[in-house]
Amino acid sequence: MASTEALLPVTSRQDPLSESRSDQIPETRRKRPIKVHLAVCSGLLLIALYVTLIVTHDGSTAQNGAKDETYTESRARLAGVSEKSNDGVWRLSDDGKTEAFPWNNTMLSWQRTAFHFQPEKNWMNDPNGPLFYKGWYHFFYQYNPNAAVWGDIVWGHAVSKDLIHWLYLPLALVPDQWYDANGVWTGSATFLDDGSIVMLYTGSTDKFVQVQNLAYPEDPSDPLLLKWTKFSGNPVLVPPPGIGAKDFRDPTTAWKTSSGKWRITIGSKINRTGISLVYDTTDFKTYEKHETLLHQVPNTGMWECVDFYPVSKTKVNGLDTSVKGPDVKHIVKASMDDTRIDHYAIGTYDDSNGTWVPDNPSIDVGISTGLRYDYGKFYASKTFYDQNKKRRILWGWIGESDSEAADVQKGWSSVQGIPRTVVLDTKTGKNLVQWPVEEIKSLRLSNKKFHMKVGPGTVVPVDVGSAAQLDIEAEFTIKKDDLEIILGEDSVEADEEFSCQNGGGSTVRGALGPFGFSVLADQSLSEHTPVYFYVTKGKDSKLKTFFCTDTSRSTMANDVVKPVYGSFVPVLKGEKLTMRILVDHSIVEGFAQGGKTCITSRVYPTKAIYGATKLFLFNNAIDATVTASFKVWQMNGAFIHPYSADDL
Amino acid sequence: MKMIVMVMMMMMMSEGSMIDQTCKQTPDFNLCVSLLNSDPRGSSADISGLALILIDKIKVLATKTLNEINGLYKKRPELKQALDQCSRRYKTILNADVPEAIEAISKGVPKFGEDGVIDAGVEASVCEEGFQGKSPLTSLTKSMQNISSVTRAVVRMLL
Repeated sequence: MASTEALLPVTSRQDPLSESRSDQIPETRRKRPIKVHLAVCSGLLLIALYVTLIVTHDGSTAQNGAKDETYTESRARLAGVSEKSNDGVWRLSDDGKTEAFPWNNTMLSWQRTAFHFQPEKNWMNDPNGPLFYKGWYHFFYQYNPNAAVWGDIVWGHAVSKDLIHWLYLPLALVPDQWYDANGVWTGSATFLDDGSIVMLYTGSTDKFVQVQNLAYPEDPSDPLLLKWTKFSGNPVLVPPPGIGAKDFRDPTTAWKTSSGKWRITIGSKINRTGISLVYDTTDFKTYEKHETLLHQVPNTGMWECVDFYPVSKTKVNGLDTSVKGPDVKHIVKASMDDTRIDHYAIGTYDDSNGTWVPDNPSIDVGISTGLRYDYGKFYASKTFYDQNKKRRILWGWIGESDSEAADVQKGWSSVQGIPRTVVLDTKTGKNLVQWPVEEIKSLRLSNKKFHMKVGPGTVVPVDVGSAAQLDIEAEFTIKKDDLEIILGEDSVEADEEFSCQNGGGSTVRGALGPFGFSVLADQSLSEHTPVYFYVTKGKDSKLKTFFCTDTSRSTMANDVVKPVYGSFVPVLKGEKLTMRILVDHSIVEGFAQGGKTCITSRVYPTKAIYGATKLFLFNNAIDATVTASFKVWQMNGAFIHPYSADDL
Repeated sequence: MKMIVMVMMMMMMSEGSMIDQTCKQTPDFNLCVSLLNSDPRGSSADISGLALILIDKIKVLATKTLNEINGLYKKRPELKQALDQCSRRYKTILNADVPEAIEAISKGVPKFGEDGVIDAGVEASVCEEGFQGKSPLTSLTKSMQNISSVTRAVVRMLL
């Protein structure tokens, strides 16, 4: 489904990646090389190299964020092709040669994922109320039972023992009361002290007012939590004075305060300032609203799906939502309605008054250059504390990037990301680290191990057989000599302007990049999705690394949004460059440096499907030779199906 | 005294009605104003109301275009493939985009409305491109693109 990202219909652009074997260089980012003599004390240079790699996010995410669309948009305008952008202008392509793409059912049915959660059909959006109870992980989700577009929203429900193999259950909540007649929207679960569950969710009333409602399991002894009872006194919260009737939604999981009360926060806005309201309660039925907000940030618009939780400064396990203390930081996360981007910030929570301040206000929640869980397609995310394995798990809604006509034709829209663990990066303290849950490894089938040296301007086919369901773990090293030359050479200017979005994609060659994998590629690379590192020489001759996914050539189709996604990724002293890629038909999830920077993309190849899907390794750098050491697993499907008695 | 009051009222009205102010923030002021003024609800609507009027225009145009497409099968049988594609695309506008946008704006989750409206423009463009430069529907599809971009700008004001 189309959204606010730039739309670039396919032109007949040649793919330089396929020509790169013959040294064709369409664009370069550096000047002509000068011969340099290596110093005898190259050892000192090497030390200097690796020492420079400790970096922070301060100022370094300057290229990300809202500027993304502007740069892609300017490129598109220059090329004379049509585009979609945030300025609301959508023009018909002047390039009359662009062919409209008739999707056939063979192409569309290939798109369905094998091991990501999605319902059997129709539309899904936000994850709701995730929790672990009596041996089962529960997942609820915004669902349209009637169509492959948003509407008529109810709560779908599924359970799993391992967050991977899901079983569909009947709908959990439907709009059968006046206070949710127009929609049973997003909500969160809280475990009370006695282990019982309460669910708070937003209802759209019969008069279109957004209110908060309480529900709880009808039968707590049922591990499947099939039936839910709505509190007879609903709604428990209505929009307070000064808050719009349609700006009040997505209540969080509650946490215990030092005074023994429960506290929740709900996102909203006042004019253009995004805010998070705070309420205290003892019984989840009556609430006291705080006069102060948890936090607010001007010019960020409506905050949807606010999430608030503690992370340990020292340990790698997750923390229960109520944990506080000196060893803990708190995360405030919100989904920005304006930009469809999830942002988070790290800060300090003051339990005495229910307020929070960010460690770094310049990258506060919602600031375009601030932190994101994911630099691709990822929204309405929500975490929960998994008391079973002491983890904090993150769910994210991954919408479509294709046309609604295609969604209607294929009969479904949206998937969920693979659940990820979330922890604070204890080395830097300035960002979160995410990783697909360990249980996904149970899907790994056969694997092949590779160790390859890839010279500049080379593309190498990676023979793994079927290539639509893969788990790739890779380590890259740039040849030392090449690094020294680049860092030592004055003619190679520091590239302060690079970002994935304005870098021109994977075909623009620099001294030290791009290099990585082309997934979901066809043999001739007429369709392919590069996931890659791009290393630049930054300020003070330090190296700066970016992790990107370029979907601009992922398909010949022109009714699909095809951005270049990505961000800076911090690489610490002594760290090799590592990436993990999960490929599952129309979704690609990339994780750099163990999950410090993550990118989810949706791609819709028309040719690189079924037996024609291939995998390539490439090095499009001008100067550097790269060694890639990697393992590729075939991934089994999760065979998500309706629950039956046999599943017990 | 009455004259002064009347003059003052006229000045206030011409200072920029809701329609004027809203349409100034869209890519096509004249189109926006003419669409909204042509609807009796326009003069008293808030921004949500204006958005809903524009979505209604999208619906009307989609219906008109579908009728035109149906008529073309007989007149231009050689265009069958492109017409099939257009038929599918315009049915999506009518059956998916428009209802989604109406529900989203009425219920106060305008982002889904924006998606539906953007998609209407996409579907029109894809239909147009299917004729590879020889489209019999150009003025209708261009119209849809223009209305879609104006409507999108209005919907974004609700975010």
